[in-house]
Amino acid sequence: MLSADLYVVLPEALLALFAMAALMACAFGGQDRWASGLTWLTAAFFALLGLIVSFRDGGQEAFGGAFVSDGFARFAKALILFSAAAVLALSENYLRRRRILKFEYPVLIAMATLGMMVMVSAGDLMSLYMGLELQSLSLYVVAAFRRDSVKSTEAGLKYFVLGALGSGLLLYGASLIYGYAGATRFAGIAEAVHEGGLSLGLLFGVAFLCAGLAFKISAVPFHMWTPDVYEGSPTAVTAFFATAPKVAAGALFARVLFDAFGEVSAEWRQILAFLAVASMFLGSIAAIVQTNIKRLMAYSSIAHMGFALMGLAAGTQQGVEALLVYLSIYVAMNVGAFAFIMCMERDGAPVTGIGDLAGLARTRPGQALAVSALMFSLAGVPPLLGFFGKWMVFVAAVDAGLAPLAVAGAVASVIGAFYYLRIVKIMYFDEPGLSLTGSMPFAHGLALTAAALVMSLGWAPGLSGFGVPELAATAAAALFN
Amino acid sequence: MPNILSLVTFLPLFGALVLMLALRGDDEAARGNARIVALLTTTATFLLSLVILTNFDPSDPGFQFVEEGEWMFGLTYKMGVDGLSAPFVMLTTFLMPLVILASWKVEERVKEYMAAFLALETLMIGVFCALDLVLFYLFFEAGLIPMFLIIGIWGGKDRIYAAFKFFLYTFLGSVLMLVAMVAMYRDAGTTDIARLLSHEFSAGPIEIMGWQIMGGMQTLLWLAFFASFAVKMPMWPVHTWLPDAHVQAPTAGSVVLAAILLKMGGYGFLRFSLPMFPVASELMRDFVFFLSVAAIVYTSLVALMQEDIKKLIAYSSVAHMGFVTMGIFAANRQGLDGAMFQMISHGFISGALFLCVGVIYDRMHTREIAAYGGLAVRMPVYATVFMLFTMGNVGLPGTSGFVGEFLTMAGAFQVSTWTAFGAATGVILSAAYALWLYRRVVFGDLIKQSLAGIADMDRREKFIFAPLVACTLLFGVYPSLATDWFGASTEALARQVEEARTAYHEAAPKSALAALQH
Repeated sequence: MLSADLYVVLPEALLALFAMAALMACAFGGQDRWASGLTWLTAAFFALLGLIVSFRDGGQEAFGGAFVSDGFARFAKALILFSAAAVLALSENYLRRRRILKFEYPVLIAMATLGMMVMVSAGDLMSLYMGLELQSLSLYVVAAFRRDSVKSTEAGLKYFVLGALGSGLLLYGASLIYGYAGATRFAGIAEAVHEGGLSLGLLFGVAFLCAGLAFKISAVPFHMWTPDVYEGSPTAVTAFFATAPKVAAGALFARVLFDAFGEVSAEWRQILAFLAVASMFLGSIAAIVQTNIKRLMAYSSIAHMGFALMGLAAGTQQGVEALLVYLSIYVAMNVGAFAFIMCMERDGAPVTGIGDLAGLARTRPGQALAVSALMFSLAGVPPLLGFFGKWMVFVAAVDAGLAPLAVAGAVASVIGAFYYLRIVKIMYFDEPGLSLTGSMPFAHGLALTAAALVMSLGWAPGLSGFGVPELAATAAAALFN
Repeated sequence: MPNILSLVTFLPLFGALVLMLALRGDDEAARGNARIVALLTTTATFLLSLVILTNFDPSDPGFQFVEEGEWMFGLTYKMGVDGLSAPFVMLTTFLMPLVILASWKVEERVKEYMAAFLALETLMIGVFCALDLVLFYLFFEAGLIPMFLIIGIWGGKDRIYAAFKFFLYTFLGSVLMLVAMVAMYRDAGTTDIARLLSHEFSAGPIEIMGWQIMGGMQTLLWLAFFASFAVKMPMWPVHTWLPDAHVQAPTAGSVVLAAILLKMGGYGFLRFSLPMFPVASELMRDFVFFLSVAAIVYTSLVALMQEDIKKLIAYSSVAHMGFVTMGIFAANRQGLDGAMFQMISHGFISGALFLCVGVIYDRMHTREIAAYGGLAVRMPVYATVFMLFTMGNVGLPGTSGFVGEFLTMAGAFQVSTWTAFGAATGVILSAAYALWLYRRVVFGDLIKQSLAGIADMDRREKFIFAPLVACTLLFGVYPSLATDWFGASTEALARQVEEARTAYHEAAPKSALAALQH
């Protein structure tokens, strides 16, 4: 049996071995001299694992159901691995130029990614927590990766303290659930719910669990850490925060709610609807006054998580499908946007004010065009792909009888459009001030161009959204089997 | 040609891509090339669209040149035109080469400018051709992006305020429509417009939070669509973005805005609100009539007070669109014909008026009425052309402006006498502001020193105005040229609405009775 179990967790096992081997090799070998090569190697390894995960057959369980590797998990894992690979490939240049490229960085990212893979495969509260903490602990460290910067250390500490609080909430919820359901396996919990209904203790457990997960996905009112951590961390790390962990947390949210509490969806749908509305509005409104592009992207990600959670709040298979499509589009947009933000510098020092983009359309027309495409896509203006993500969640929400939620989302997206437009305005309408210096490395240019092209051409008939909607549909179906 | 509509729609976008990718540099030669590429593309599009014109069967009220293909997210890519949309496709392709010619003197970022207009043309044609709800929304909304850039980059002094106002106003209206579209998709199980047209949306009263909603779901959907189209149209009191956008936009932007973009609102009413929600349209008729008459009278009065030529014409546009909404919601044959005719004619006349402003703005760089006077002395040709379009704007018989106003009022008269009365007052007011503008700008003595050396229209400008003059007069004296085109479709529409309403009124007493018995 053990060998069969190990076969199921093979990608995770490989990644764990890779991370540990890399750590050992660098610690006793070339130390930071090998950091650059290791970063590229890790990125390549991620991409390879992503391919392996995509093409393995699913529907298997390991360790008595504590680890599930179904179609849903594989979709989320592939998304996590590919986006992590992209961000890692982009961050090498950024960290090297800032002289903070240490060999621990790719190792920590690999550990965090491993944690995320375990998260989305969790079939048990224990494995859920194990994955979540592995991810979180690694991320706390990378947030404070620039040790000589007060802001970065502050970000790391803030993330750690608040993250510990979030984990505490989640653990409290998990213990309540275990106490009242008598099981930690999701299947066991589902059985207990099926037999005894949702007792008060279980309800509290679910609420605390949701609070903990909302913290990880940075949904309002558990979002406070996000802007500070986004701003304080090195931009490469911010890019990572904005992509893979969101997918992992979103997928985990779906996993635990549907696998364990699918039968009583009416109870938790209200919680999610509230989280969605609050995130959409607070994210959109608070972003308006931001002048730092990293903080702006933080609020933008809060608002986007609100839209993604709307899919979950629908409580249907269609809703999960919408969630997955939304997350895929969101990740692609953010990789592109951060590829650009990482290259914002003047005289060798990074700048992050949105005013620094003034007149970019004159000084760098190609980049300005690509960034505008991403901004319009983030705002959800058709025909860019970002619109289709919103369309999917709106359809799911209205289908589930949550039309008011969709109306709220529509209004929030108008408010949100304002600050994305403001960036376009600064680039196109304002006169160039002190312009950005430095050139864009090839990898960043490639990521930016690719993301912009995908967003602006994705709607074309015949491309069928690069197959993502279809894959997401299969993945969502797997969760409901 | 089987894919003629897609071809016409996407040819300008292809031109825009060529401009952006193939042209390098920013010297005089590159700018010249950009202009020529844009002109060739728009002309080719126009010539290609003549295929639609010649092969279109006016006696068929259904959709023609239909194309259908797989899309994604369970949506279909479907294009097609009928009598309600084909005239607008032609209007767009006809005006765009003139718009490009009118922008010949733009010197700043020419390549991007031309690319923005070409992209905009694709999106405008797409709006009128789309036969899928989401495809329609896609074109409808995407048009905001190039227009936002056109106003914001090449606009006047307060262009940023105007660009944001334009975008956010229209976007807010449209996202509500998007939610309504989702609800329609859920109710009818399709986003195909042709099938939605035959789907019956429930009009039974529903109760929301203790409020009884007459017309039920139809009313809710109608309101959401109204939010979008009324802003786009624009109707009083949500018209305030238009004067700002017009004043700040470059001449060509104003022309496109007035001649084509505003028509999307009217087209939306004809395509969605009226046929899909006939009962709600009837329930809301007096409301729309009130807003229309308010628009006609109020904005005409406001126009009288303007100091800026463009702003004056912008307000007059709002007033003229009031006739359109009045005609559409009268929902009889005359009203619908009049609304269609008024929109087409307004496309020529308002477009030409903004071009007229552009002619003197290019020379004097001011739009203030007080800065002009006595232009007739130095610019006889210009004075004549401006005169013709001023008369068209007033609705003088013999110009196309008359036919639309007359038909819409005739249509409204059958439904509501007071509305027609109010609208007729607006006709008088429109004569007042238009003639007063003309007198202050063109007549009188040429006393201003700055105007002493002003030159009359050159060959390029005459060439731009010639087709517009011809169309205004031709449709003025021979209106059935246009009405024959959309007649079958408007007749079918009027009949469909009538039938749906009759069915509703016959069913309503029974259901009320049933409710009593419960």
